[in-house]
Amino acid sequence: MKLVEHFTHGLTSPICLTWELTYACNLSCVHCLSSSGRRDPRELSTEECKAVIDELQRMQVFYVNIGGGEPTVRSDFWELLDYAIAHDVGVKFSTNGVKLDEARAAQLAATDYVDVQISLDGATAEVNDHVRGPGSYATAIRAMENLHEAGFGQFKISVVVTRQNVDQLDDFKAIADRYGAQLRITRLRPSGRGADTWDELHPTQAQQKQLYDWLVARGEDVLTGDSFFHLSAYGQELPGLNLCGAGRVVCLIDPVGDVYACPFAIHDQFLAGNVRGEGGFREVWQHSALFAELRGPQSGGACAKCSHYDACQGGCMAAKFFTGLPLDGPDPECVLGNGERALAALETDSDLQRVVPKPSLDHSHRTKPRERGGPVPLTLSVRRPDRACDSDPLAGEGARLPAGIRVG
Amino acid sequence: MSTTAAGAGPAAVGSAPAGVGPFDADRPYRISGSVSVRPESFGALVYDFRTRRLSFLKTRPLVRVVESLADHPDVHGALAAAEVPAHQRDQYLEALAGLARAGTIQQRRQGDDTT
Repeated sequence: MKLVEHFTHGLTSPICLTWELTYACNLSCVHCLSSSGRRDPRELSTEECKAVIDELQRMQVFYVNIGGGEPTVRSDFWELLDYAIAHDVGVKFSTNGVKLDEARAAQLAATDYVDVQISLDGATAEVNDHVRGPGSYATAIRAMENLHEAGFGQFKISVVVTRQNVDQLDDFKAIADRYGAQLRITRLRPSGRGADTWDELHPTQAQQKQLYDWLVARGEDVLTGDSFFHLSAYGQELPGLNLCGAGRVVCLIDPVGDVYACPFAIHDQFLAGNVRGEGGFREVWQHSALFAELRGPQSGGACAKCSHYDACQGGCMAAKFFTGLPLDGPDPECVLGNGERALAALETDSDLQRVVPKPSLDHSHRTKPRERGGPVPLTLSVRRPDRACDSDPLAGEGARLPAGIRVG
Repeated sequence: MSTTAAGAGPAAVGSAPAGVGPFDADRPYRISGSVSVRPESFGALVYDFRTRRLSFLKTRPLVRVVESLADHPDVHGALAAAEVPAHQRDQYLEALAGLARAGTIQQRRQGDDTT
Protein backbone atom coordinates (compact mmCIF):
# COMPACT_ATOMS: atom_id res chain seq x y z
CA MET A 1 0.00 0.00 0.00
CA LYS A 2 1.34 3.41 -0.87
CA LEU A 3 1.95 5.82 1.97
CA VAL A 4 -0.72 8.22 0.79
CA GLU A 5 -3.29 5.40 0.94
CA HIS A 6 -2.51 4.94 4.61
CA PHE A 7 -3.28 8.63 5.05
CA THR A 8 -6.58 8.16 3.25
CA HIS A 9 -7.53 5.51 5.80
CA GLY A 10 -6.66 7.76 8.71
CA LEU A 11 -3.86 7.86 11.26
CA THR A 12 -3.88 7.19 14.99
CA SER A 13 -3.56 10.96 15.51
CA PRO A 14 -3.90 13.90 13.17
CA ILE A 15 -0.84 15.30 11.41
CA CYS A 16 -2.30 18.73 11.06
CA LEU A 17 -4.59 19.83 13.85
CA THR A 18 -6.09 23.28 13.86
CA TRP A 19 -7.35 24.62 17.14
CA GLU A 20 -9.35 27.83 17.10
CA LEU A 21 -8.96 29.12 20.66
CA THR A 22 -11.62 31.81 20.53
CA TYR A 23 -14.29 33.25 18.27
CA ALA A 24 -13.43 36.69 19.62
CA CYS A 25 -11.63 38.96 17.17
CA ASN A 26 -10.74 42.61 16.92
CA LEU A 27 -11.28 42.45 13.15
CA SER A 28 -14.25 41.54 10.97
CA CYS A 29 -12.58 40.19 7.83
CA VAL A 30 -15.17 39.74 5.13
CA HIS A 31 -13.96 36.23 4.27
CA CYS A 32 -13.54 34.91 7.84
CA LEU A 33 -13.89 31.14 7.60
CA SER A 34 -15.22 30.87 11.15
CA SER A 35 -17.49 33.97 11.11
CA SER A 36 -15.60 35.23 14.13
CA GLY A 37 -16.11 38.42 16.08
CA ARG A 38 -17.77 37.79 19.43
CA ARG A 39 -16.46 35.49 22.13
CA ASP A 40 -18.60 32.42 22.75
CA PRO A 41 -19.55 32.18 26.44
CA ARG A 42 -19.09 28.41 26.30
CA GLU A 43 -15.44 28.79 25.29
CA LEU A 44 -13.10 26.16 26.80
CA SER A 45 -11.62 27.38 30.08
CA THR A 46 -7.90 27.57 30.73
CA GLU A 47 -8.02 24.26 32.61
CA GLU A 48 -10.02 22.58 29.85
CA CYS A 49 -7.50 23.82 27.27
CA LYS A 50 -4.66 22.40 29.33
CA ALA A 51 -6.46 19.05 29.52
CA VAL A 52 -6.72 19.07 25.72
CA ILE A 53 -2.98 19.80 25.48
CA ASP A 54 -2.27 16.89 27.87
CA GLU A 55 -4.27 14.65 25.58
CA LEU A 56 -2.47 15.90 22.46
CA GLN A 57 0.81 15.14 24.19
CA ARG A 58 -0.33 11.59 24.96
CA MET A 59 -1.45 11.18 21.33
CA GLN A 60 1.89 12.54 20.11
CA VAL A 61 0.34 15.31 18.09
CA PHE A 62 3.62 17.03 17.34
CA TYR A 63 2.24 20.51 16.82
CA VAL A 64 -1.01 22.42 16.60
CA ASN A 65 -2.00 25.31 14.41
CA ILE A 66 -3.65 27.75 16.74
CA GLY A 67 -6.03 30.32 15.36
CA GLY A 68 -9.37 31.93 15.99
CA GLY A 69 -10.82 34.48 15.97
CA GLU A 70 -7.74 36.26 17.14
CA PRO A 71 -6.13 33.82 19.58
CA THR A 72 -3.94 36.43 21.28
CA VAL A 73 -6.95 38.31 22.64
CA ARG A 74 -7.51 35.44 25.07
CA SER A 75 -5.93 36.63 28.29
CA ASP A 76 -4.53 33.13 28.93
CA PHE A 77 -3.07 32.80 25.42
CA TRP A 78 0.56 33.19 26.50
CA GLU A 79 0.05 30.80 29.41
CA LEU A 80 -1.42 28.15 27.07
CA LEU A 81 1.40 28.71 24.57
CA ASP A 82 4.01 28.01 27.25
CA TYR A 83 2.03 25.07 28.56
CA ALA A 84 1.80 23.43 25.12
CA ILE A 85 5.51 23.85 24.41
CA ALA A 86 6.40 22.48 27.85
CA HIS A 87 4.27 19.43 27.02
CA ASP A 88 5.95 18.57 23.69
CA VAL A 89 3.23 20.11 21.58
CA GLY A 90 4.78 22.66 19.24
CA VAL A 91 2.67 25.69 18.39
CA LYS A 92 2.17 27.58 15.18
CA PHE A 93 -0.27 30.37 15.71
CA SER A 94 -2.00 32.68 13.28
CA THR A 95 -2.54 36.28 14.24
CA ASN A 96 -3.43 39.61 12.71
CA GLY A 97 -0.59 41.01 14.81
CA VAL A 98 -2.66 43.16 17.14
CA LYS A 99 -0.82 42.02 20.29
CA LEU A 100 2.66 41.63 18.85
CA ASP A 101 4.33 44.67 20.31
CA GLU A 102 8.08 44.86 20.90
CA ALA A 103 7.90 43.08 24.26
CA ARG A 104 5.84 40.15 22.93
CA ALA A 105 8.06 39.87 19.87
CA ALA A 106 11.10 39.61 22.13
CA GLN A 107 9.34 37.00 24.27
CA LEU A 108 8.48 34.94 21.18
CA ALA A 109 12.03 35.25 19.86
CA ALA A 110 13.23 33.67 23.11
CA THR A 111 10.75 30.76 22.89
CA ASP A 112 11.63 27.51 21.13
CA TYR A 113 9.13 25.49 19.11
CA VAL A 114 6.82 28.35 18.32
CA ASP A 115 6.01 29.53 14.82
CA VAL A 116 4.14 32.73 14.11
CA GLN A 117 2.00 33.34 11.10
CA ILE A 118 0.86 36.88 10.32
CA SER A 119 -2.23 37.16 8.15
CA LEU A 120 -2.03 39.59 5.26
CA ASP A 121 -4.44 39.60 2.34
CA GLY A 122 -3.03 42.43 0.28
CA ALA A 123 0.51 43.57 -0.49
CA THR A 124 -0.82 47.12 -0.22
CA ALA A 125 -3.00 48.66 2.46
CA GLU A 126 -5.69 49.35 -0.10
CA VAL A 127 -6.10 45.72 -1.17
CA ASN A 128 -5.59 44.29 2.32
CA ASP A 129 -7.87 46.62 4.23
CA HIS A 130 -10.69 46.10 1.73
CA VAL A 131 -10.91 42.54 3.04
CA ARG A 132 -9.49 42.75 6.56
CA GLY A 133 -10.67 46.20 7.62
CA PRO A 134 -9.20 49.68 8.07
CA GLY A 135 -5.80 49.78 9.78
CA SER A 136 -5.22 46.03 9.58
CA TYR A 137 -2.37 46.37 7.05
CA ALA A 138 -0.50 48.77 9.31
CA THR A 139 -1.05 46.46 12.30
CA ALA A 140 0.33 43.46 10.41
CA ILE A 141 3.36 45.33 9.10
CA ARG A 142 4.17 46.68 12.57
CA ALA A 143 4.02 43.13 13.97
CA MET A 144 6.39 41.96 11.23
CA GLU A 145 8.80 44.78 11.99
CA ASN A 146 8.72 43.88 15.67
CA LEU A 147 9.39 40.19 15.03
CA HIS A 148 12.17 41.03 12.60
CA GLU A 149 13.83 43.47 14.95
CA ALA A 150 13.52 41.06 17.89
CA GLY A 151 15.43 38.47 15.86
CA PHE A 152 12.56 35.99 15.85
CA GLY A 153 13.86 34.44 12.64
CA GLN A 154 11.68 33.02 9.95
CA PHE A 155 8.05 33.73 10.76
CA LYS A 156 5.38 33.21 8.16
CA ILE A 157 3.20 35.59 6.22
CA SER A 158 -0.10 33.95 5.41
CA VAL A 159 -2.05 35.13 2.39
CA VAL A 160 -5.47 34.01 1.21
CA VAL A 161 -5.36 34.33 -2.57
CA THR A 162 -8.19 36.45 -3.95
CA ARG A 163 -9.22 38.02 -7.22
CA GLN A 164 -7.85 41.32 -5.89
CA ASN A 165 -4.42 40.14 -4.72
CA VAL A 166 -3.49 37.38 -7.17
CA ASP A 167 -1.49 39.95 -9.18
CA GLN A 168 0.52 40.80 -6.04
CA LEU A 169 2.15 37.40 -5.43
CA ASP A 170 5.61 38.75 -6.29
CA ASP A 171 5.00 41.74 -4.02
CA PHE A 172 4.05 39.44 -1.14
CA LYS A 173 7.26 37.52 -1.74
CA ALA A 174 9.18 40.79 -1.60
CA ILE A 175 7.54 41.70 1.74
CA ALA A 176 8.45 38.26 3.09
CA ASP A 177 12.05 38.68 1.93
CA ARG A 178 12.23 42.14 3.50
CA TYR A 179 11.43 40.70 6.95
CA GLY A 180 13.24 37.38 6.56
CA ALA A 181 9.87 35.65 6.56
CA GLN A 182 8.48 32.75 4.60
CA LEU A 183 5.46 33.26 2.37
CA ARG A 184 2.46 30.98 2.76
CA ILE A 185 -0.45 31.27 0.36
CA THR A 186 -3.71 29.41 0.74
CA ARG A 187 -6.98 29.00 -1.05
CA LEU A 188 -10.04 31.11 -0.33
CA ARG A 189 -13.00 28.97 0.75
CA PRO A 190 -16.69 29.89 0.74
CA SER A 191 -16.82 29.08 4.46
CA GLY A 192 -18.14 31.31 7.23
CA ARG A 193 -18.45 34.90 5.99
CA GLY A 194 -16.51 33.71 2.93
CA ALA A 195 -19.83 32.37 1.67
CA ASP A 196 -21.15 35.93 1.43
CA THR A 197 -18.09 37.28 -0.39
CA TRP A 198 -17.08 34.25 -2.47
CA ASP A 199 -18.54 35.55 -5.72
CA GLU A 200 -16.63 38.80 -5.38
CA LEU A 201 -13.34 37.45 -4.04
CA HIS A 202 -12.60 34.05 -5.51
CA PRO A 203 -10.06 34.04 -8.37
CA THR A 204 -11.41 33.84 -11.90
CA GLN A 205 -10.64 30.85 -14.09
CA ALA A 206 -7.87 32.79 -15.86
CA GLN A 207 -6.41 33.83 -12.49
CA GLN A 208 -6.34 30.23 -11.33
CA LYS A 209 -4.10 29.34 -14.25
CA GLN A 210 -1.98 32.37 -13.44
CA LEU A 211 -1.71 31.17 -9.84
CA TYR A 212 -0.79 27.65 -10.94
CA ASP A 213 1.91 28.96 -13.28
CA TRP A 214 3.28 31.14 -10.48
CA LEU A 215 3.41 28.19 -8.07
CA VAL A 216 5.23 26.04 -10.61
CA ALA A 217 7.71 28.80 -11.48
CA ARG A 218 8.25 30.53 -8.15
CA GLY A 219 6.61 28.36 -5.52
CA GLU A 220 9.61 26.40 -4.35
CA ASP A 221 10.06 28.19 -1.03
CA VAL A 222 6.39 29.08 -0.70
CA LEU A 223 4.16 27.11 1.66
CA THR A 224 0.63 26.31 0.50
CA GLY A 225 -0.83 24.18 3.29
CA ASP A 226 -1.55 21.69 0.51
CA SER A 227 -4.56 23.81 -0.34
CA PHE A 228 -4.27 24.13 -4.12
CA PHE A 229 -4.35 20.46 -5.03
CA HIS A 230 -7.36 21.10 -7.27
CA LEU A 231 -4.94 23.02 -9.54
CA SER A 232 -2.85 19.88 -10.10
CA ALA A 233 -5.30 19.04 -12.87
CA TYR A 234 -3.54 21.71 -14.98
CA GLY A 235 -0.70 19.25 -15.41
CA GLN A 236 2.17 19.09 -13.00
CA GLU A 237 1.34 17.80 -9.53
CA LEU A 238 2.03 20.44 -6.91
CA PRO A 239 4.17 19.50 -3.89
CA GLY A 240 2.26 18.02 -0.97
CA LEU A 241 -0.07 15.12 -0.32
CA ASN A 242 -2.60 16.23 -2.94
CA LEU A 243 -5.58 14.83 -1.15
CA CYS A 244 -8.40 16.15 0.98
CA GLY A 245 -7.19 15.46 4.50
CA ALA A 246 -10.50 16.19 6.23
CA GLY A 247 -10.99 13.73 9.07
CA ARG A 248 -8.05 11.69 7.76
CA VAL A 249 -4.96 13.70 8.63
CA VAL A 250 -6.61 17.03 9.43
CA CYS A 251 -9.28 18.25 11.81
CA LEU A 252 -10.41 21.28 13.75
CA ILE A 253 -11.14 21.84 17.42
CA ASP A 254 -13.28 24.95 17.74
CA PRO A 255 -13.37 27.32 20.74
CA VAL A 256 -16.18 25.44 22.49
CA GLY A 257 -14.45 22.08 21.98
CA ASP A 258 -16.44 20.90 18.98
CA VAL A 259 -14.39 18.76 16.61
CA TYR A 260 -14.97 19.29 12.89
CA ALA A 261 -13.49 17.40 9.95
CA CYS A 262 -11.60 20.45 8.74
CA PRO A 263 -11.16 24.14 9.59
CA PHE A 264 -13.22 25.11 6.55
CA ALA A 265 -16.15 22.92 7.47
CA ILE A 266 -17.67 24.50 10.55
CA HIS A 267 -21.14 23.09 10.03
CA ASP A 268 -23.29 20.50 11.81
CA GLN A 269 -22.85 18.13 8.89
CA PHE A 270 -19.10 17.89 9.58
CA LEU A 271 -19.28 17.88 13.37
CA ALA A 272 -17.70 14.71 14.74
CA GLY A 273 -18.00 15.27 18.49
CA ASN A 274 -16.74 17.40 21.35
CA VAL A 275 -13.59 17.21 23.44
CA ARG A 276 -15.74 17.64 26.56
CA GLY A 277 -17.43 14.30 25.83
CA GLU A 278 -16.39 11.02 27.41
CA GLY A 279 -13.08 9.84 26.00
CA GLY A 280 -12.13 13.37 25.00
CA PHE A 281 -10.48 14.25 21.71
CA ARG A 282 -8.94 10.81 21.24
CA GLU A 283 -12.36 9.18 21.23
CA VAL A 284 -13.64 11.62 18.60
CA TRP A 285 -10.59 11.26 16.36
CA GLN A 286 -10.40 7.49 16.53
CA HIS A 287 -14.04 6.43 16.77
CA SER A 288 -16.48 9.06 15.52
CA ALA A 289 -18.90 7.81 12.88
CA LEU A 290 -18.27 10.84 10.69
CA PHE A 291 -14.51 10.34 10.56
CA ALA A 292 -14.95 6.62 9.89
CA GLU A 293 -17.12 7.55 6.92
CA LEU A 294 -14.60 10.08 5.59
CA ARG A 295 -11.87 7.43 5.85
CA GLY A 296 -13.94 4.89 3.96
CA PRO A 297 -14.13 4.55 0.18
CA GLN A 298 -15.33 7.72 -1.56
CA SER A 299 -17.28 7.61 -4.76
CA GLY A 300 -15.92 10.27 -7.03
CA GLY A 301 -19.35 10.70 -8.62
CA ALA A 302 -19.19 12.09 -12.14
CA CYS A 303 -15.62 13.26 -11.44
CA ALA A 304 -14.34 9.69 -11.14
CA LYS A 305 -14.63 9.35 -14.92
CA CYS A 306 -12.51 12.45 -15.52
CA SER A 307 -8.95 11.88 -16.66
CA HIS A 308 -7.76 14.42 -14.06
CA TYR A 309 -9.45 12.72 -11.11
CA ASP A 310 -6.20 11.19 -9.86
CA ALA A 311 -4.66 14.66 -9.73
CA CYS A 312 -7.42 16.66 -8.08
CA GLN A 313 -9.47 13.95 -6.30
CA GLY A 314 -12.61 15.99 -6.92
CA GLY A 315 -11.26 19.01 -5.06
CA CYS A 316 -12.29 20.55 -1.76
CA MET A 317 -15.22 19.17 0.20
CA ALA A 318 -15.94 22.46 1.97
CA ALA A 319 -15.83 24.48 -1.25
CA LYS A 320 -18.44 22.22 -2.80
CA PHE A 321 -20.64 22.08 0.27
CA PHE A 322 -20.84 25.82 0.89
CA THR A 323 -21.52 26.66 -2.74
CA GLY A 324 -24.39 24.15 -2.83
CA LEU A 325 -22.65 21.56 -5.02
CA PRO A 326 -22.95 17.85 -4.20
CA LEU A 327 -19.97 16.38 -2.32
CA ASP A 328 -19.34 13.86 -5.08
CA GLY A 329 -19.61 16.57 -7.73
CA PRO A 330 -16.94 18.89 -9.12
CA ASP A 331 -15.14 21.56 -7.15
CA PRO A 332 -16.63 25.03 -7.84
CA GLU A 333 -13.17 26.03 -9.12
CA CYS A 334 -12.62 22.87 -11.19
CA VAL A 335 -9.96 23.88 -13.71
CA LEU A 336 -11.97 22.29 -16.51
CA GLY A 337 -14.92 24.52 -15.71
CA ASN A 338 -17.15 21.64 -14.59
CA GLY A 339 -17.89 23.38 -11.30
CA GLU A 340 -18.97 26.60 -12.97
CA ARG A 341 -21.19 24.66 -15.37
CA ALA A 342 -22.74 22.70 -12.50
CA LEU A 343 -23.43 25.93 -10.60
CA ALA A 344 -24.91 27.55 -13.69
CA ALA A 345 -27.16 24.52 -14.17
CA LEU A 346 -28.39 24.86 -10.60
CA GLU A 347 -29.26 28.50 -11.29
CA THR A 348 -31.16 27.91 -14.51
CA ASP A 349 -32.69 24.45 -14.18
CA SER A 350 -35.83 24.77 -12.12
CA ASP A 351 -35.90 21.01 -11.46
CA LEU A 352 -32.61 21.27 -9.65
CA GLN A 353 -32.58 23.36 -6.53
CA ARG A 354 -29.42 25.09 -5.49
CA VAL A 355 -29.53 24.84 -1.76
CA VAL A 356 -26.68 26.74 -0.22
CA PRO A 357 -26.35 25.53 3.36
CA LYS A 358 -26.86 28.12 6.02
CA PRO A 359 -23.98 28.37 8.46
CA SER A 360 -24.60 26.59 11.75
CA LEU A 361 -22.72 29.21 13.73
CA ASP A 362 -22.18 32.93 13.44
CA HIS A 363 -20.12 34.93 15.91
CA SER A 364 -19.86 38.02 13.71
CA HIS A 365 -19.87 41.40 15.41
CA ARG A 366 -23.46 42.57 15.46
CA THR A 367 -22.61 46.19 14.89
CA LYS A 368 -20.22 48.02 12.66
CA PRO A 369 -17.39 49.89 14.34
CA ARG A 370 -18.21 53.57 14.76
CA GLU A 371 -16.90 55.79 11.97
CA ARG A 372 -14.14 57.96 13.33
CA GLY A 373 -14.45 61.75 13.38
CA GLY A 374 -17.43 63.99 14.01
CA PRO A 375 -19.18 64.72 17.26
CA VAL A 376 -20.45 61.96 19.54
CA PRO A 377 -24.27 62.03 19.39
CA LEU A 378 -25.03 62.16 23.09
CA THR A 379 -27.69 64.17 24.86
CA LEU A 380 -26.23 65.44 28.07
CA SER A 381 -28.53 65.98 30.99
CA VAL A 382 -28.50 69.49 32.41
CA ARG A 383 -30.17 68.41 35.61
CA ARG A 384 -27.94 68.55 38.68
CA PRO A 385 -28.39 66.56 41.87
CA ASP A 386 -30.24 68.45 44.60
CA ARG A 387 -27.15 68.35 46.79
CA ALA A 388 -23.54 67.85 45.74
CA CYS A 389 -23.21 64.70 47.87
CA ASP A 390 -26.37 62.98 46.60
CA SER A 391 -25.20 59.70 45.14
CA ASP A 392 -28.59 58.03 44.84
CA PRO A 393 -29.43 58.07 41.12
CA LEU A 394 -33.05 58.69 42.00
CA ALA A 395 -32.33 61.67 44.22
CA GLY A 396 -34.53 64.52 43.18
CA GLU A 397 -36.73 62.24 41.09
CA GLY A 398 -39.15 61.51 43.91
CA ALA A 399 -41.85 63.74 42.57
CA ARG A 400 -41.87 61.94 39.20
CA LEU A 401 -42.12 58.40 40.57
CA PRO A 402 -45.44 56.62 40.27
CA ALA A 403 -47.53 56.38 43.40
CA GLY A 404 -46.60 53.54 45.72
CA ILE A 405 -42.84 53.64 45.11
CA ARG A 406 -40.90 55.12 47.96
CA VAL A 407 -37.40 56.28 47.82
CA GLY A 408 -35.01 56.15 50.76
CA MET B 1 15.00 4.49 0.68
CA SER B 2 12.84 4.50 3.72
CA THR B 3 12.19 8.09 4.47
CA THR B 4 10.25 10.61 2.52
CA ALA B 5 10.51 13.98 4.09
CA ALA B 6 7.77 16.43 3.41
CA GLY B 7 9.54 19.53 2.23
CA ALA B 8 12.95 17.91 2.60
CA GLY B 9 15.73 19.42 0.61
CA PRO B 10 19.48 19.50 0.48
CA ALA B 11 19.34 22.32 3.03
CA ALA B 12 18.74 19.74 5.74
CA VAL B 13 22.22 18.36 5.21
CA GLY B 14 23.87 21.74 5.54
CA SER B 15 22.07 22.54 8.76
CA ALA B 16 22.78 19.18 10.36
CA PRO B 17 23.42 19.37 14.10
CA ALA B 18 26.74 18.72 15.77
CA GLY B 19 27.52 15.03 16.12
CA VAL B 20 26.46 14.21 12.59
CA GLY B 21 29.52 12.97 10.79
CA PRO B 22 29.61 10.39 8.06
CA PHE B 23 27.40 7.46 8.99
CA ASP B 24 29.43 4.70 10.57
CA ALA B 25 27.58 1.48 11.36
CA ASP B 26 30.37 0.39 13.71
CA ARG B 27 29.51 3.23 16.08
CA PRO B 28 26.64 3.58 18.56
CA TYR B 29 23.63 5.70 17.54
CA ARG B 30 20.38 6.91 19.01
CA ILE B 31 17.34 8.93 18.02
CA SER B 32 18.19 12.64 18.23
CA GLY B 33 16.94 14.48 21.28
CA SER B 34 14.71 16.84 19.29
CA VAL B 35 13.03 13.99 17.40
CA SER B 36 9.75 12.32 18.29
CA VAL B 37 8.62 9.01 16.77
CA ARG B 38 4.92 8.16 16.56
CA PRO B 39 3.95 4.58 15.66
CA GLU B 40 1.42 4.22 12.84
CA SER B 41 0.01 1.20 10.99
CA PHE B 42 2.52 1.57 8.16
CA GLY B 43 5.55 2.29 10.35
CA ALA B 44 5.98 5.62 12.06
CA LEU B 45 5.77 9.35 11.69
CA VAL B 46 8.92 11.18 12.69
CA TYR B 47 8.94 14.81 13.69
CA ASP B 48 11.98 16.90 14.39
CA PHE B 49 11.00 19.76 16.69
CA ARG B 50 14.19 21.60 15.80
CA THR B 51 13.85 21.61 12.02
CA ARG B 52 10.01 21.28 12.07
CA ARG B 53 10.45 18.51 9.55
CA LEU B 54 7.97 15.68 9.30
CA SER B 55 9.17 12.44 7.76
CA PHE B 56 8.14 8.81 7.65
CA LEU B 57 9.56 5.43 8.52
CA LYS B 58 7.82 3.29 5.97
CA THR B 59 8.10 -0.13 7.60
CA ARG B 60 7.61 -1.46 11.12
CA PRO B 61 10.88 -3.41 11.21
CA LEU B 62 12.75 -0.19 10.44
CA VAL B 63 10.93 1.49 13.34
CA ARG B 64 12.08 -1.32 15.64
CA VAL B 65 15.67 -0.91 14.49
CA VAL B 66 15.62 2.86 14.93
CA GLU B 67 14.08 2.63 18.38
CA SER B 68 16.56 0.00 19.57
CA LEU B 69 19.69 1.78 18.31
CA ALA B 70 20.28 3.28 21.74
CA ASP B 71 20.41 -0.19 23.34
CA HIS B 72 23.26 -1.46 21.23
CA PRO B 73 26.98 -0.70 21.07
CA ASP B 74 26.80 -0.33 17.28
CA VAL B 75 24.27 -0.27 14.44
CA HIS B 76 25.02 -3.86 13.47
CA GLY B 77 23.94 -4.98 16.92
CA ALA B 78 20.56 -3.29 16.46
CA LEU B 79 20.08 -4.92 13.07
CA ALA B 80 20.95 -8.34 14.48
CA ALA B 81 18.65 -7.93 17.46
CA ALA B 82 15.77 -6.97 15.13
CA GLU B 83 16.56 -10.11 13.09
CA VAL B 84 17.00 -8.22 9.85
CA PRO B 85 17.86 -10.84 7.21
CA ALA B 86 21.40 -10.63 5.83
CA HIS B 87 20.26 -9.83 2.30
CA GLN B 88 18.36 -6.75 3.54
CA ARG B 89 21.19 -5.35 5.67
CA ASP B 90 22.53 -3.01 2.98
CA GLN B 91 19.08 -1.59 2.38
CA TYR B 92 18.69 -0.88 6.08
CA LEU B 93 22.13 0.66 6.37
CA GLU B 94 21.33 2.95 3.47
CA ALA B 95 18.08 4.00 5.12
CA LEU B 96 19.82 4.62 8.44
CA ALA B 97 22.53 6.65 6.71
CA GLY B 98 19.75 8.81 5.27
CA LEU B 99 18.25 9.26 8.72
CA ALA B 100 21.66 10.25 10.07
CA ARG B 101 22.12 12.83 7.31
CA ALA B 102 18.70 14.30 8.10
CA GLY B 103 19.62 14.50 11.80
CA THR B 104 16.87 12.05 12.80
CA ILE B 105 19.44 9.76 14.43
CA GLN B 106 22.83 10.78 15.75
CA GLN B 107 25.98 9.14 16.99
CA ARG B 108 26.23 8.80 20.73
CA ARG B 109 29.31 8.30 22.83
CA GLN B 110 29.74 4.84 24.31
CA GLY B 111 28.06 4.83 27.69
CA ASP B 112 25.78 7.82 26.99
CA ASP B 113 22.36 7.27 28.36
CA THR B 114 19.56 7.27 25.86
CA THR B 115 17.95 10.54 26.60
